[in-house]
Amino acid sequence: MHLPAILPWGAAEGFSKQMLLVLLSVAIIATFFVLAARKRQLVPGKLQFAGEAAYGFVRNGIAKDIIGGRDFIKYVPLLFSLFFFILVNNIYGAIPLIQLPTFSHVGGAYVLAGLVYFTWIAIGVKKNGLRYFKLATVPSGVPWFILPIVIPIEIISNFLVRPVTHSLRLFATMLAGHLIVMIAGSGIEFLVMQENILLKGTSVLVLAGAIAMYMLEALIMVLQAYVFTLLTAIYIEGALHADSH
Amino acid sequence: MNQLIISAATEGEVNPLMPNLWEMGVVLVGFLILLFIVVKFVVPMFEKTFAERAEAIEGGIAKAEKAQAEASAALEEYKQQLTDARTEANRIREEARAEGAQILADLKEKAAAESARITAQAHAQIESERQAAVVSLRSEVGTLATTLAGRIVGESLNDDDRSARVVDRFLADLETQSAGAAK
Repeated sequence: MHLPAILPWGAAEGFSKQMLLVLLSVAIIATFFVLAARKRQLVPGKLQFAGEAAYGFVRNGIAKDIIGGRDFIKYVPLLFSLFFFILVNNIYGAIPLIQLPTFSHVGGAYVLAGLVYFTWIAIGVKKNGLRYFKLATVPSGVPWFILPIVIPIEIISNFLVRPVTHSLRLFATMLAGHLIVMIAGSGIEFLVMQENILLKGTSVLVLAGAIAMYMLEALIMVLQAYVFTLLTAIYIEGALHADSH
Repeated sequence: MNQLIISAATEGEVNPLMPNLWEMGVVLVGFLILLFIVVKFVVPMFEKTFAERAEAIEGGIAKAEKAQAEASAALEEYKQQLTDARTEANRIREEARAEGAQILADLKEKAAAESARITAQAHAQIESERQAAVVSLRSEVGTLATTLAGRIVGESLNDDDRSARVVDRFLADLETQSAGAAK
């Protein structure tokens, strides 16, 4: 089911299959969109139309709707790259023979969530100055005697928990989906190996379940890419308009 | 597959939340490369295409509006020209009619004058011929009368001077009588 690892699986050092897939995803996304965008025809061909539809989904469906204003275009490249990078790396998990979603290993999720974390803090500080930290942690319109409780909660939820949930949500869904498909696969293999013909027959039921789980997992792969990008847009929007929250 | 399970079991000691630093590095580098390509090429090209398309559509609309305006201006001009031409034609027709009437009147006048002239000429001619006829008649009638009287009397009235005087007096009497009758 799996391609052999280039170097020992989960190697602490050296070049793993997963790293190759990450670089391959960069090549796939860059090639597709550069080819699609290169012609710049007023009446697009099929490839250009597909590229424009995909680009427009992130540009208008996420960046423009969430961030809005005139400045949203500045954040489109980050959101666009995040969405398609995560999407392609997730969908690896649904492609036979590859079947390895990159973010089923936690490192990649940490990296992307960390990038986003520092990006929105930088945007907030650039926009509001150091006052941003006050704006982000002290909600307006709250009675003074509740503030001692609210401020620590805000600090924890915004600056400590947020990057953790952002990364672990992606990692956990991918790992769980990967494990479910893998367990179903080995379960089928185990049942087929049985001598008892009736027991062997039950493998069909597991297969049906595995196919259903595979479909669900494919949906979650797309959905998590969208959720991760959407949350990034929401964080950036919150940093930009901290004084009105 | 069994190998996988075994390997998973042996790796069970590893905390899944502990990242592999090399993987993190590869993801970071890969993502930054992608971000660079997107910032540098993909987004500018798409945005340029969108801008050009919007401009082309807006430009097309503006062009169509301009063409429409030009067309209606041309129509107005043609209508104006048509009205002018009609007025001009009417004016020319009126002029022609007036001129025709003038020409007709002139011709009539001319014809009348001509006929008057011809009539007058004819009158004069007739008068002169009548005068000549009268003169010749007067001499002939005198001669004939004397000859006839001589034959009746039987002798020649050769005294020409006397006979001529008698004839003249007679004719003058005749003339005064006819002139009185004519009056």
